[in-house]
Amino acid sequence: METEFPIYRILDDAGQVTDTSKTDLLTKDLSLALFTHMNRIRTFDRKAINLQRQGRLGTYAPFEGQEAAQVGSAYALQDKDWVFPTYRDHGATLTFGADMVRTFLYWNGRVEGCVPTDELHIFPPAVPIATQIPHAVGAAWAEKRKGSTQVAVAYFGDGATSEGDFHEGMNFASVFQAPVILFNQNNGYAISVPIQKQMHSETIAQKALAYGMPSVRIDGNDVFAVYFTMQKALERARSGGGPTLIEAVTWRFGAHTTADDPSKYRDQERSRDRVDPLERLEAFMKEQGFYDEQEIETIRSRHQEEVEAAVKTMESFPPPDVNDLFDHTFATLPDDLVRQKTDYLTARGN
Amino acid sequence: MATPINRQTEMTLVQAVTDALRTKLTDDETTLVLGEDVGKNGGVFRATDGLQEEFGEDRIIDTPLSEAGIVGTSIGLAVNGFKPIVEIQFLGFIYPAYEQIMTHVSRIRMRTMGRYGVPMVIRAPYGAGIRAPEIHSDSTEALFTSMPGLKVVCPSTPYDAKGLLIAAIEDPDPVLFLESMRSYRAFKEPVPSEAYTVEIGKAKCVTEGQDVTLIAWGAMVQVAQKAATEAATRGVSCEVIDLRTLYPLDRETIAASVQKTGRAVIIHEAQAMGGLGNDLLALINDTSFLYLRAPVARVTGFDVPVPLFALEDHYIPTPTRVLEAIQRTVDF
Repeated sequence: METEFPIYRILDDAGQVTDTSKTDLLTKDLSLALFTHMNRIRTFDRKAINLQRQGRLGTYAPFEGQEAAQVGSAYALQDKDWVFPTYRDHGATLTFGADMVRTFLYWNGRVEGCVPTDELHIFPPAVPIATQIPHAVGAAWAEKRKGSTQVAVAYFGDGATSEGDFHEGMNFASVFQAPVILFNQNNGYAISVPIQKQMHSETIAQKALAYGMPSVRIDGNDVFAVYFTMQKALERARSGGGPTLIEAVTWRFGAHTTADDPSKYRDQERSRDRVDPLERLEAFMKEQGFYDEQEIETIRSRHQEEVEAAVKTMESFPPPDVNDLFDHTFATLPDDLVRQKTDYLTARGN
Repeated sequence: MATPINRQTEMTLVQAVTDALRTKLTDDETTLVLGEDVGKNGGVFRATDGLQEEFGEDRIIDTPLSEAGIVGTSIGLAVNGFKPIVEIQFLGFIYPAYEQIMTHVSRIRMRTMGRYGVPMVIRAPYGAGIRAPEIHSDSTEALFTSMPGLKVVCPSTPYDAKGLLIAAIEDPDPVLFLESMRSYRAFKEPVPSEAYTVEIGKAKCVTEGQDVTLIAWGAMVQVAQKAATEAATRGVSCEVIDLRTLYPLDRETIAASVQKTGRAVIIHEAQAMGGLGNDLLALINDTSFLYLRAPVARVTGFDVPVPLFALEDHYIPTPTRVLEAIQRTVDF
């Protein structure tokens, strides 16, 4: 199946163009835009890990190594599309337009972090595995019913393909021809379990065959391959062609979460030998003469400032409001819940 | 032509369910019916009979056999402008969807601080007593009444079934709507032709009495009423409360009745351990402890899986077992 589903790439590991049919599309503007998003989310990611180590953030799920997959896919979306992320896809949601302060707040245990930025359809991250896939299918199906051209994208990892909800979502997507992109980031590990123990199939893309659904396997560390593949799938969905499964083969450099020690299950030194998606893009940009040191340095320092400012805002955010413990359980609180709330607050002099 | 006023039709509970669905499908074009066999076949209990012919395949949707898929997909539809009315064929088949209901349906409003609600109704026939095959007879309502963010409704009469189902469909929050299979065609009663609602969260005193309060829902209301009739011949006056909504509980109605009678018997088909009866006991303890003249009795299923039907008559509470419990509380 690896031959039926070859890994599509536009850049090789060294940043050389392998698919020359795309050369004209690899402009400086596009390169710089993708680089900017990738650098921005990496800056966020590294800061979040630091904050967690200092006790200033809760347990955090880093995505370093997966920036090309997340940026390439999210950058291809339109503002009115729907995004159904997991807990490791805040790189994608930030690229799509999620608020950075709220993203930090989420990792600090604040429910405000689940609330999507106004006007954007971003679902709170799914913590159970694969459950967001049918949600995306339903939201996409709703768009189709309304006769719109908007689509939904579900993000999920390799481990998720073992869950029933992945298969049930795939089946619904194909039966109802929902305009949905099932965007898989195959980063090789579900916490500690390598993909060889997760599935007997050679690829994830081949699973779409069983559902009569188009699919493609791509180099998820090649941001151009991700972006143009996503664009093609989006065009198909918007024009009534139904769902697509994309398997973006990538690699998580770090831990599953800050509570995990990856050296227990793999050689982290060798893990770091993988080609960094950002360095690959930089190599391409240098080769093309798109890489202006001063311009890049300005972008980097702008992101440092943005992230520092977001941290400051997150840390000076008003303290959690105990009313929020109760108030959003129902549109109108049942009497019993009102009583529980009143009793609790009254006993504490509120 | 003037609309006829107070037109009523004699209906069974299952016909009242169909009537409520038809009413809302007509007046709210965002409503969709999704489930296994709900279209051409009209549902295994015929609750959606004729609806696909009337409203089309686009709104009365035969789905793949996939409970988590149905509920999960309906979440996406619900947050994006539609009101899915899901049929799960039997409550005993809902468990694959339990994760979706527990981790998403019931929590999305809270997690998004109200930005997204999930206006979804999940209908599920439940309960034993109709000689159904294995797993078709579960009464696991307490798995759902203990789930914050979800309302649970269980009518025992055709009139309440229509009014509560319309209220459930109009509710901005998710509602699990339990339909007693044993009550589906047990009796007919006049049901108004027009749209009306029965308020969610309100119990109903169906028989007034002085000595003992009987609390029941679904098929157990009739069992309680039979026991009350028999008790009356022995000079014991029972008040029968049909709970109608299992979450949120109607604290006032229960407390007022128990404070009047000083005795209570709770009747449910579900197992005793972890059953809703225990929450009712707690409610009575919290509101009416000093009014009690006897310990509150429970008549429930046993702490065993609902048996294959050859033994179900031993499992389901009967008027005789309820009478024995009434007598115990009176004799205490």
